[in-house]
Amino acid sequence: MVQERTLPVFQTAGANITREEGLMLYEDMVLGRAFEDKCAEMYYRGKMFGFVHLYNGQEAVSTGVIRAMRPGEDFVCSTYRDHVHALSVGVPADNVMAELFGKVTGCSKGRGGSMHLFSAEHRLLGGYAFIGEGIPVALGAAFQTKYRREAMGDATADQVTACFFGDGTTNNGQFYECLNMAALWKLPILFVVENNKWAIGMAHERATSQPEIYRKASVFGMPGVEVDGMDVLAVRAVAQEAIARARAGEGPTLIEALTYRFRGHSLADPDELRSKAEKEFWFARDPIKRLAAYMTEQSLATQDELKAIEHRVQDVIERAVKFAQESPEPDPADLYKYVFAEDDP
Amino acid sequence: MAETLLYNALREAIDEEMGRDPTVYVLGEDVGHYGGSYKVTKDLYKKYGELRVLDTPIAENSFTGMAVGSAMTGLRPIIEGMNMGFLLLAFNQIANNAGMLRYTSGGNFKIPMVIRGPGGVGRQLGAEHSQRLEAYFQGVPGLKMVACSTPYNAKGLLKAAIRDDNPVLFFEHVLLYNLKQDLPDEEYILPLNRAEIVRPGKDVTILTYSRMRHHVMQAVKTLTKEGYDPEVIDLISLKPLDFETIGPSIQKTHRVIIVEECMKSGGIGAELTASINDRLFDELDAPVLRMASQDIPTPYNGMLENLTIVQPPQIVEAVKKMVGGKI
Repeated sequence: MVQERTLPVFQTAGANITREEGLMLYEDMVLGRAFEDKCAEMYYRGKMFGFVHLYNGQEAVSTGVIRAMRPGEDFVCSTYRDHVHALSVGVPADNVMAELFGKVTGCSKGRGGSMHLFSAEHRLLGGYAFIGEGIPVALGAAFQTKYRREAMGDATADQVTACFFGDGTTNNGQFYECLNMAALWKLPILFVVENNKWAIGMAHERATSQPEIYRKASVFGMPGVEVDGMDVLAVRAVAQEAIARARAGEGPTLIEALTYRFRGHSLADPDELRSKAEKEFWFARDPIKRLAAYMTEQSLATQDELKAIEHRVQDVIERAVKFAQESPEPDPADLYKYVFAEDDP
Repeated sequence: MAETLLYNALREAIDEEMGRDPTVYVLGEDVGHYGGSYKVTKDLYKKYGELRVLDTPIAENSFTGMAVGSAMTGLRPIIEGMNMGFLLLAFNQIANNAGMLRYTSGGNFKIPMVIRGPGGVGRQLGAEHSQRLEAYFQGVPGLKMVACSTPYNAKGLLKAAIRDDNPVLFFEHVLLYNLKQDLPDEEYILPLNRAEIVRPGKDVTILTYSRMRHHVMQAVKTLTKEGYDPEVIDLISLKPLDFETIGPSIQKTHRVIIVEECMKSGGIGAELTASINDRLFDELDAPVLRMASQDIPTPYNGMLENLTIVQPPQIVEAVKKMVGGKI
């Protein structure tokens, strides 16, 4: 195990969240966790197939960033590890679960699967399975906002785009090309790196010459911040600042969230390379437990209230599984539907 | 009617479409201040501003992906590949995202975008600048592919491509930009999915596209003097292939020669031959003859380059053999 980076300390006293905000953040993270646990169960029971990448442990990043954005207006772009981003933007658990079951009620009509969740309604630009390929797409959404505002004179065009990707992606050319263009044109975008230390079996330090990813922003003249990705309040604070700047037309931000996945790369990964000590170091920083502790210490919520949220979320998940199981398969006659725009007028 | 060079016909198409739809914009390397490597976008930035005629850094895969993202969110980008060969660097964004995303997303997003630019074998440009990408891209689902060949069809097809709600790869040929033709003064649009019968005839169907149309027509001049009567079809749409036009022609002539600039292996002609065999085998009096470029990187040397692509005298010979029952 390499020496862990010193996590930046966030002064929770400055978090200044209301009880409602705290409960909302808590529920979103619990939903993400419970959904993924259910996915593992369903995968092992043979209900879903292919490569399934779970988000356990990283919830504070999705919730911290996306729940600081405007739902249905701002854009979110994800990767192959996209279930929880989809839930945070508001895609109902029913439709995410149905997609994983390959059903026609899935958010991608059963054509996408785990790594390709989309929802135009929720402005989810998609899950992208190849490393880095979502970044240019997110850049395009951000460009579109600037274009509408400046070339089409639409004063209401102030949407922000958040683009999520991992530490491994920051060694790919598209990352650098897009940071350059985003800074050059001052596009309203957040590049959110979920640095979970491992690209499958490649340790971050073995893959990059400068492991502190947030520093890579400086050469583009862009703000780069590191944040404790296991602390939803810290992530939220950093995201709020970046979103405000983007919305004001002041350009992009690179956010490096230091986080950890509590499971293997995918459910097909034997996860043999990560040490027990490393895992334990990070398990102890569970973002859900941390927010729960903060909420009760600050008297923002009682244990019973948090338990009630957990029960409510369990119901949502159980209903989602039932919905997915009972939903129909796609119609074989529709095999070619959606290839071209005119196939689905 | 106004006599118009092909590159200006393309420019008119872009100008007219940008004028009628504020979501249409052009992006690519040197499309703005420089006016495009073949001057297709000359001075458009002065009229429409630098955001609508966007000079990009040299980052093909990323600016192509950016165009995809902007198309998903309501704009209608036109990408100029400075040279179409450079778009090999954007293969992933064109294939995975432009081509497949609509399907993969279950119809959540549409991707109205045009990817256009110069390609084909020019005059001693070397292998990398002499590519025929249509062969590489034809297997990607969700893409439409169109090749223009005259100023008239260049303008009408490009306007249609810009208005289409799907990603369209629009192939121009480096050696055709200075073709001249009288164009109608009034607006016109041509269908993206229809082949053009360039010359009706009864002896043999010659299927061709892009610059090879002109090689074929040179050969036809010789052939008609000698009493041959070939039918020439410009495919225009390389994907999907227009069998509504191709089929009746073959039912009439029962003989097919394909003349293309792609390499022979896995080229458009390969797909076309297989499709003709699938659909019209019983109509054929002879095997389909494929005339294609040699399976080599295009050599720099002019004599070798000429040997690489199909020349008009070879087409003359092939037609004579085919019609004479020697194939």
